[in-house]
Formats: sequence, structure tokens, C-alpha cells
Amino acid sequence: MDAAEPRLIETKTDFLEMYRKMVLIRTFEEKTPEMYTKGKIGGFLHLYSGQEAVGVGFISALREGDYVIGAYREHGQAIARGTDPKLVMAELFGKATGVSKGKGGSMHMFDVKRGFLGGHGIVGGGMPLAVGVGLAIRYRKTDQVCVCFFGDGAVNEGAFHEALNMVALWKLPVIYVLENNLYGMGTAVYRASAIPDLIKRAGCYDIEREQVDGMDLIAVREVADRAVRIAREDNEPRFIEAITYRYRGHSISDPGTYRTKEEIEEWRKRDPITRMENYLKENHMITDEEIKAAHDEAAARVQEAVDFAEQSPFPPPDALYENIYAP
Amino acid sequence: MPQTITYREALNQALREEMRRDPNVFIIGEEVAEYGGAYKVTEGLLEEFGHERVIDTPISEEAIVGTGIGSAMVGLRPVVELMTINFSLLALDQIVNHAAKLRYMSGGQVMVPVTIRAPQGAGLQLGAQHSQNLEAWYAHVPGLKVVIPGTPADAKGLLKSAIRDNNPVMFLEHEILYGTKGEVPDEEHTVPIGVAEVERTGKDLTLISYSRMRTLCVKAADQLAEDGIEAEVIDVRTLKPLDAETLVNSVKKTHRAIVVEEDWRFAGMGAQIVDKITLEAFDYLDAPIARIAAADVPMPYSKQLEQLALPSVDEIVSTARKLAGR
Repeated sequence: MDAAEPRLIETKTDFLEMYRKMVLIRTFEEKTPEMYTKGKIGGFLHLYSGQEAVGVGFISALREGDYVIGAYREHGQAIARGTDPKLVMAELFGKATGVSKGKGGSMHMFDVKRGFLGGHGIVGGGMPLAVGVGLAIRYRKTDQVCVCFFGDGAVNEGAFHEALNMVALWKLPVIYVLENNLYGMGTAVYRASAIPDLIKRAGCYDIEREQVDGMDLIAVREVADRAVRIAREDNEPRFIEAITYRYRGHSISDPGTYRTKEEIEEWRKRDPITRMENYLKENHMITDEEIKAAHDEAAARVQEAVDFAEQSPFPPPDALYENIYAP
Repeated sequence: MPQTITYREALNQALREEMRRDPNVFIIGEEVAEYGGAYKVTEGLLEEFGHERVIDTPISEEAIVGTGIGSAMVGLRPVVELMTINFSLLALDQIVNHAAKLRYMSGGQVMVPVTIRAPQGAGLQLGAQHSQNLEAWYAHVPGLKVVIPGTPADAKGLLKSAIRDNNPVMFLEHEILYGTKGEVPDEEHTVPIGVAEVERTGKDLTLISYSRMRTLCVKAADQLAEDGIEAEVIDVRTLKPLDAETLVNSVKKTHRAIVVEEDWRFAGMGAQIVDKITLEAFDYLDAPIARIAAADVPMPYSKQLEQLALPSVDEIVSTARKLAGR
């Protein structure tokens, strides 16, 4: 790394904040299956457990005013961007107080005042939207950037190729973050992609690219800082492949027959939260008491979110026909 | 003083005026800049507004429309040109799953003020893949508006309204109408979305149509007048939201109606119009509402077969005579 490059995250405060965000996201996600079983949450439910370092690493590298576009495994990304877990839980419960007023659900979290532009349920569908956001940034000549997350399944969609070609052609400040969790639903990457080394796909469009261990928060954050700086200052797209793993099924109803318990256990040994804890302890940035406090605080906030969602009203019948059209 | 200009020139004026009025308005699409538009609608705009606001794209309909939607989500007012409606099928995911739904599923946080222009229509021997009318497809989707002008004045006035609208608007032009002329007011001219036009009044029956079929209905009404049949001619102009009130009021007066459309008959737009009138004015009808539509076939290339598949003035006149009992 260039010595002149600002070293983003050297401070203990940054490390601790990112660590606590990951703990909060994990605690939140691991609470939801219970709520699903109780019938409080319906529909699809895609959990982020295991992938926290990717969302937290990239989103913590952004400023206010930047944009984030997620796919359908985005609860954690909204929380990373600062959306109150109460509003995310209420959305999952389909309540009027939800971040999308109970109209979106698990796959459609929107928090526009934080630049969080959804929550998109069609594989690859958010990628062309990011081109438009990048184009708008260039049009207005601001120094914002847009981070767009998508999964390994999206690389075989036409939208992926059309979008990458356009951001490269027009040099737009978009950072595409491929969260490669090795499976598109139940199909392993090597069974779906003729070139399973997915980062090569970005090479077709001559986009600067980097691969990163998505289970290592500090590594992700370093790559994110570099990508964001270049996108912001040089108005160029970046493509990052984060190799990661989801501990749970594709969605809540996934029996998971396509991968072994041993494989999941192997990946859990690389858990991003445990890894960060060890790093912080080794560097005397955190005590065991503080670790416990982080987990306790997360549990309390998630319980508060559940209580808030529980006590919130469902949308009134009038809401059915609201917001189809803008005035 | 009204000016007499073509449908194409009217659209070009609307674009130029709106781009001058609002710096957030820009044009994006295939061949819109250097080529001047496949149908020359955007001709001369590059020279005035430059490449930053008149943007040529690769042939990537899904990403073109997605780019428009994404830029609209953060406050711009894109006018996306699709070379023809037939290519909109490659962008269907962005139009239907994204543009139409973002506002609703975000609980009202997102606004998508994108205008998607596309010519459609048959009659130029372009064969099955380039002759479709897909207005009913888009009118089916909550969250979209569908506008379909049949005259130069409406082309200009409705396009200006579409660009100013805060919602995704499918703006459907007709390939055969581009060269047709008509009077357009010289001064600032807008036509509200969602308001039908009564082209002429009559007491014996109502001819309901839009786009190029309006021209056929006007000709048919002229012929019917020679037989003493006074047809009221209504151009719906906006399919969604539909101005049912104007249609229902007309039928309450004339008691008979024919809907003329260029899309396929089965599940075509006319079926929805008939449904609306039947529900609201059944007791006023003296006869079932007739429908004249395109044959339910992929459009053939051969001129004779193509004409056979499309509605004609003769068909409107003979149906009207039968309906009026003459």
C-alpha cells in the first residue's frame, strides 16, 4: 500500500465500532428464525450470518451522502448503514412502523435518507440501478459513490454483463461487490459458471478488480477504503469479489442437502466475529468484559427490536392503495 | 397561431423545451445522440445539449432502462428511448419489477420519474418481431402510467406532462404517425395525463380508440355522417389511469359503442374498456359493445396478410352500421 494513502482504520474506535456492528447483525439475524417459527415473520427470509464482515467492511468505508444498493440478503447491510434494528424487525413483522412501512418485507428494506436504496429481490436486478445512480453522480458532478452488493448467482444474469460494460465504458463511481458465498441457492458456483474464478468476469470489461477474504473484516475494510477512494477521486468503477459463506440455508426453508455439516463447520472456524475478537484481544483493544458487554448490548437491542415490532400496529386497510403513484 | 407540424417534430419540441426548462431532464437510449434517433425524434438535441444530456448507449435494453430508473431514484428526470416497444421485452424486469414497484415497496420513500418512450405498431411490413402493440401489457401493471398519443398536439402536450410526472410513464408512440401533420399551439402546450379527448360529438354511437386507430375512427365517422349516422369519436390518449368517466358519459348518451384497437383482441386493451363501461353503464346500452382489434396472430410480413390482420375503416363503418341498425 502506498505510504501516502490514508490508513483508515488504525484507531481503536473504528475497530470496536465495526466489531459491535457485526455482533449486532449476527444477533439480529439469529433471532429471526425464532420469530419465523412463531409466525411473526412470513415469506422468504434470507439471513446474513457469516457474511457480516463484507457488509460492515464496505459500508463503514462510506460517507453520509453515498449510496448503497443491496440484493435480498440485506437486513445486515441496512443495519450496517445505520438503520435502527427496530425498524428492520418491524418490517419483517409486516408492521406499519417498519422501515418500508410493512410494504416491503425481508427482501425490500429501503432507508432512502441514509442512501440505502433497497432491497431488491430479482437476482442481478440492482446492478443496472447502480449504473443509473453512478450516472446521476457524474451528471451532478458530486464526489459521492455507490456500492452495489450482489451474489455469485448474479454473475450469469444478463444484467450483470450489461451493467459492468456500461460503468466501465462511462467510468462511473460504482463499486460492485460480489459476495461469493459459494452457492447460488443450492447450486455450487462450479456447477453454474464455466469460469468458476468469478473475478475474471470483471476482466472482460477491464474493470480494476480485487479479491478479498470476506471472513476477515480488516482485510475487507482495507480493500473497501481503497476502492471507495479511487471511485470517489478518480471516478472509476471497481469490482471486488469477497469470498464468504452463509451459515444458514439460502432462505429459512432451505433444508441444506447440497452441502455437508463438515463444510459448514470448517467455515465457522473462520468466523469473522470470532476472528475480530481474537485480533482485538491480541492487540489489547478489548477485554473479555467488553466482549461480553458487546454481546449483551446486542441482545438487548434485538430484544428491544422484537418488542417494538410486536407492539407496533399492522398497516391500516387504507395503506393497501397508498404509494402506488407519487403525487 | 397554431403551427402545423409532424408528430415527430412535436415530440422533438417537447423534449427540447423540457430540457431547456429543467436541467435534470436528459435523454438516454440507443442511437439517440449522434444518429439523431432511429426515427429521428431526437434529431438536433445533441447539438444543443451535448453528450452529457443526450446519451448514446450500447444495445443493452435492460441496463438502459435500469440506468434511467436508478438515476430517477436519486432525483434526475430521464427520458429513456427504446428503439421499439418490441425491445422493451428485454427490459421487462426493470420496468415491471423495479420501476413500477419501487415506490410501493419502499413505503413511499422512492420516486421514479422516468419516461420510457417507445414506438410501436404495425403496417410497415416489419414482420412478427417488429410489429407489436404491447400497451395492454404495461397497462396491466400497477405503478406504471401508460400514455399513447394519436396526434401531434397530444404527442407534444402529453410528452411534456409525462416528463413532469413523478412516476414511471410508458409513452407509446406509433411508427406510422411520425410523419403525420397536425396543428399544435405555438405557446406553451401541455395535455394532462388521464384525460380522454372527445374529438367530435355525436348522438348515435361512440367510437373509442387511441393512437393510430383514432385516424381510422375519424375517417369512419366522416363516412357514417354521409349515411346520417352521427358518431361520437373519443381518443382515450391515456390508458392508465383510464378516463372512464368520459367514456361512460358518452355511452349513456349514445347507447352504443365500438372500441377500436391495434393490439391483439384476446386480453387486449379494449376488453378492459368494455369491462369498465359495462360495469358502469350497462343499463344504458342498447347493444353489446363491439370490439375491433388486430387478429390474434403473429404479424405476417406479406402486405396483403398484414392488412388483413389489422383493423380497417371499412370494418369500423360496417360494424357501426350494423350496430346502429342501418
